[in-house]
This record gives sequence, C-alpha cells and structure tokens, in this order.
Amino acid sequence: MQIELTHYLLLAAVLFAIGVMGVLTRKNLIIILMSVELMLNAVNLTFVAVARYTADLTGQVIVFFVMCVAAAEVAVGLAILISIWRHRGTMHIDSVKLLKW
Amino acid sequence: METILFAAFALATILAALLTITAPAPIASALYLVVTLFCVAGLYVLLAAPFVAAIQIIVYAGAVLVLILFVIMLLNLKPVEEKISIPWHAAGIAVAALLLLVVFLTIMSVSSLLPPASPLPSGYGTVGQVGRLLFTKYLYAFEVVSVLLLLAVIGAVALIRKPDAGETDAD
Repeated sequence: MQIELTHYLLLAAVLFAIGVMGVLTRKNLIIILMSVELMLNAVNLTFVAVARYTADLTGQVIVFFVMCVAAAEVAVGLAILISIWRHRGTMHIDSVKLLKW
Repeated sequence: METILFAAFALATILAALLTITAPAPIASALYLVVTLFCVAGLYVLLAAPFVAAIQIIVYAGAVLVLILFVIMLLNLKPVEEKISIPWHAAGIAVAALLLLVVFLTIMSVSSLLPPASPLPSGYGTVGQVGRLLFTKYLYAFEVVSVLLLLAVIGAVALIRKPDAGETDAD
C-alpha cells in the first residue's frame, strides 16, 4: 500500500482531536498546556505533509515559524502558571475562574 | 518499507498522545509527550523534511520539554485532584469526536483531489534549501519572529519576577 497525503491528514486530524480532548477533559493546567502542544504538532504535521506532496518548501518554512511561536507561547504560558502557583498554591484550573462570569 | 515505518510511527504517535492526556501525573504526561514529539519527528523524516525533524527534536523535545519538566520539578507539582464529572468528561470527548468526524468526512470527500506523491527536486528539505527560503523570501517574517521571541523572554521574566521590597504586591 502506498502512503498518500490522505493518511497523513487523517493522522494529523486524530492527533488534533486528542489534543482537543485533553484540553476539554483535564483539570491540570500543565497538562492542558501540553495538550495545546499536541494540537500545534498536528498542524505542523499537516504543513509538512502538504509541503511534501506538493513538492513546495514553503510548508516547512511555515513550520519553522509555528515552532518559534509555540516556544514563545510555552515560555509565557509557564510563566503565567508559576504566577498562578505563587498566588493560589495550586495548578487546578478551577482556581483561575476570576474572569469566568 | 515506507508503509511499515509510517504505520509504526503513526500508531506510536497516537498511543503516546493518548497516554499524554490520560496520565494522572504531570511528569508522566511530559515524558509521554516527548515520545509523541519523537514519533512526529520520525514522520517528518519520512516526509523528506530532515531539517524540520532536527528542529523538532532540538527545540521541542529538547528545549520546550526541558522547560516544562523544570517547572514541574522545581515547583514539586503533585497531580491535582481531578474529580471525574461524567457529564463534563462526556461532553469533552463528544466535542473532540464530533470535530474528528467533521474533519474526517472533509478529508475523505476531497481525498481523490489530493496530489499523489511526486518525485522531489534534489536538495528538497535540506538545511540549505530551507535556509535560503528563510533568508530571502521570508526574511521579514524571520525578523518579526526574532522580535516575538525577545518579547516572550521579557514577558516571561516580568511575569515571574518577585515584587521588589518597596513595591506593594497587587494581589
């Protein structure tokens, strides 16, 4: 069986859905942050797969930028988590509902 | 051969991703995430993107995951108490499944239009080719990203800085 673009797209879709599931079902802020990383990886996989099957390098360059933004996001996200930890003493997502309603 | 490698990496990716979001302890979650990232890097190699695969391992599995593990270990994080609320969990899984279904149907409906694997030009995906594109066509984006990274560093430091002695803590 030849591996086609469809297979890669389906795999990326599954990976993205797993990330969404993690964000929606977990209560631990760090694990939610990691689920967001999973979703970013699914998108990166889509970019690289499309780049391969259209023989265009642009997709790989975009992945480079996505990774830079993801690194910035993780740094700021973890800084916010440490800040929450200092003020509330927990990593539970229900401890940050000040702006909820 | 390519098919076997793809199947192996795909299965390992999905399995490790599922373990990432189900592991109770954040440290186990982070280690499963490393496995996921390595498997995705393997898929990048299969997709003729060795440079992206290397960056994935160095930046993601290396830097980002070390950052996460540092925070988990320095703060000595215990697993938070996650009371399983069945309706909420079911709703989350349902939303994810619905999303997957919609994307799945979309991909299947256009799958006959997708391009087949074409022979690649020589040097495709190497550091030289990607770097040339990065420093010519996408130079402005590259510079903007460097400013973004600087801002992220400043923002992170400003966020976790302890307030000065004379300064009143807002909280």
